[in-house]
Amino acid sequence: MAELSYRDAVAAAIAQEMERDERVVFLGEDIAGAGGVFKTTVGLLDRFGPRRVRDTPISELAILGAAMGAAMTGLRPIAEIMFSDFLACCWDYVANEIPKMRYMTNGQFTMPLVIRTANGAGSRFGAQHSQSVENWAMAIPGIKVVAPSNPADVKGLLAAAIRDPDPVLFFEHKSLYSMKGEVPDGEHVEPLGTAKVLRRGGDITIVALAAMVPRALQAAEILAAQHRIAATVIDLRSLVPLDTRTLLAETIRTGRLFTVEENPRLCGWGAEISSIVTEECFYDLDQPVVRITTPHIPLPAADALEDAVVPSVQRIVDEVLRAADFRARSAHGL
Amino acid sequence: MSANTHKAPEAALPSDTRLALYRLLVELRYTEKRAYDLFLQNLVKGTSHLALGQEAVAAGFGYAMQKDDYTFCTYRGHHHTLARGASMTGVLGELMGRECGLLAGKGGSMHLTSVEHGVMGSYAIVGSHLPIAAGAAWSAQYRGTRQAAVAFFGDGTTNIGAFHEAANLAAVWKLPVVFVCENNLYMEYTPIRSVTAVEHPAADRAGAYGLPPIIVDGNDVEAVYRSALEVLARARDGEGPSIVECKTYRHSGHSRADPAKYRPPEELQAWLERDPLPTYRRRLVADGVPAATLEAIEHAAMAQVEQATEVCKASPAPAIATAFTDLWADGGTAWRN
Repeated sequence: MAELSYRDAVAAAIAQEMERDERVVFLGEDIAGAGGVFKTTVGLLDRFGPRRVRDTPISELAILGAAMGAAMTGLRPIAEIMFSDFLACCWDYVANEIPKMRYMTNGQFTMPLVIRTANGAGSRFGAQHSQSVENWAMAIPGIKVVAPSNPADVKGLLAAAIRDPDPVLFFEHKSLYSMKGEVPDGEHVEPLGTAKVLRRGGDITIVALAAMVPRALQAAEILAAQHRIAATVIDLRSLVPLDTRTLLAETIRTGRLFTVEENPRLCGWGAEISSIVTEECFYDLDQPVVRITTPHIPLPAADALEDAVVPSVQRIVDEVLRAADFRARSAHGL
Repeated sequence: MSANTHKAPEAALPSDTRLALYRLLVELRYTEKRAYDLFLQNLVKGTSHLALGQEAVAAGFGYAMQKDDYTFCTYRGHHHTLARGASMTGVLGELMGRECGLLAGKGGSMHLTSVEHGVMGSYAIVGSHLPIAAGAAWSAQYRGTRQAAVAFFGDGTTNIGAFHEAANLAAVWKLPVVFVCENNLYMEYTPIRSVTAVEHPAADRAGAYGLPPIIVDGNDVEAVYRSALEVLARARDGEGPSIVECKTYRHSGHSRADPAKYRPPEELQAWLERDPLPTYRRRLVADGVPAATLEAIEHAAMAQVEQATEVCKASPAPAIATAFTDLWADGGTAWRN
């Protein structure tokens, strides 16, 4: 095991896959010479050369279009869209072209490409550089949606995404880039579409994604230590495919499900999960599903405002306590 | 009519090439006319965008391309798909929503694709396929295959961002891609000149990407063919992309819903007189090709169209289960476990 940052795990995964497969190529804005604006791709140009690691103009349409054309003709491109907000500039490819081509042509193409993008709040960049847009992507049939919460998963899931024969939208969380963690030595690949149970407790189940995962874990610590509430925490890791098996099993075990979502409220990924849980294990629930989300507003820039609206550790704790009779139990020392 | 700096070769084309070009023109015209007839019989559902009048662009380029080259077309792509060798049955069957269609009914008129013939898709979002064609050309360059990609598009596409992003990237990366504008004077219903800052919507923009302006008579199949050979050779030789503007005219409206009443009658008449098919036929006859040879080509093409029509009419609708296949590479559509 080596300790790597979430940021360095990105380059490690790309390097691992470029090393083993000549078809893997990488393109995006400032990714080669500059090593990425978040320094996630430092060293790749030196190691693999400008033929495989290519800087592009500021042309999101050209980036995703070129990646798609290359994927349809035998390469396995990785395209970087610098900020996930910019996906809106090339949404035609994300929503109309890349995910539909195989289906529309009755299987004449495979589309093995990865779109990497920096998602989420924490940098005080304001409403056009801080959004969590994973729920946009989840609404499109035909593209896989992955969002890792730690360095080991960055490496393992990104490697799996690159090897996957289908298109994958890979959301890196920009507030996690400096996070350090143990990453297995040697080749590391994690299967897509598998949620991970990070801790088990019998009272409640919290499901979270990306930067909300460490917050959910901290909230679980506080709930255990201060309120004697034992929480199960699930790192969803992937929205498509969705590991409903793990989700339903862990919800049924506790009867109480909380989603922690950084996306804005309406049609956030937790709404779909809430719907699935309600339809499929309603009689195992002891309370309504509680969704903890960013409110339905654009993200404000000021640190005080941003911190106030994105789900925090304290808000997760508060919502859990408010949700049922736990506050009373806690007050009575039960 | 060429503003190209290259001098077009003067020697006459070999007679087998000329007959092959004529055969393609006839096949594309007859199939497209049949598509229109099938609409009138309500056997083609949804929309459709006919290329009647624009066949010389498809025939000239289609015949010049090599088997493993890539074609990318728009929703007006029946002619380009056929020109690469896809079957009339596959094309008409797809328009009719039948099992025998190229896409088993899952794509429809606007998405004709036949990878085995190098037809890498028809794209219904204006301009989207230009960056994709650049990507296929990048892949060919990377793999060192000497393949070229050709993207066909209308004049309206030259005002959308994807055209400019693709042209720039292709020029910077010296990609083996050819961007072919079929300038038929109208972006859907509106005259292109009324919404475009330059006279030649594609050729006048080429200079912005360091490319020569190339304008071709898009109703002259031989002129198109010669130009195609030049730009394809340039692509294969690593000299980078080209933008070719073919001046042409569509005989029908933009789509099924459009009777094209916005066109001045004298304009329509002038262009009908320049119809690429009879124009070329007269030229071949004047050059001594026996009328019987041309009639044989015409009869054979009509027989093919008739046969394809019968096959399509007899073909069943796709099985409903087809709707639940091939979203993913595993063949299925599952999003959960």
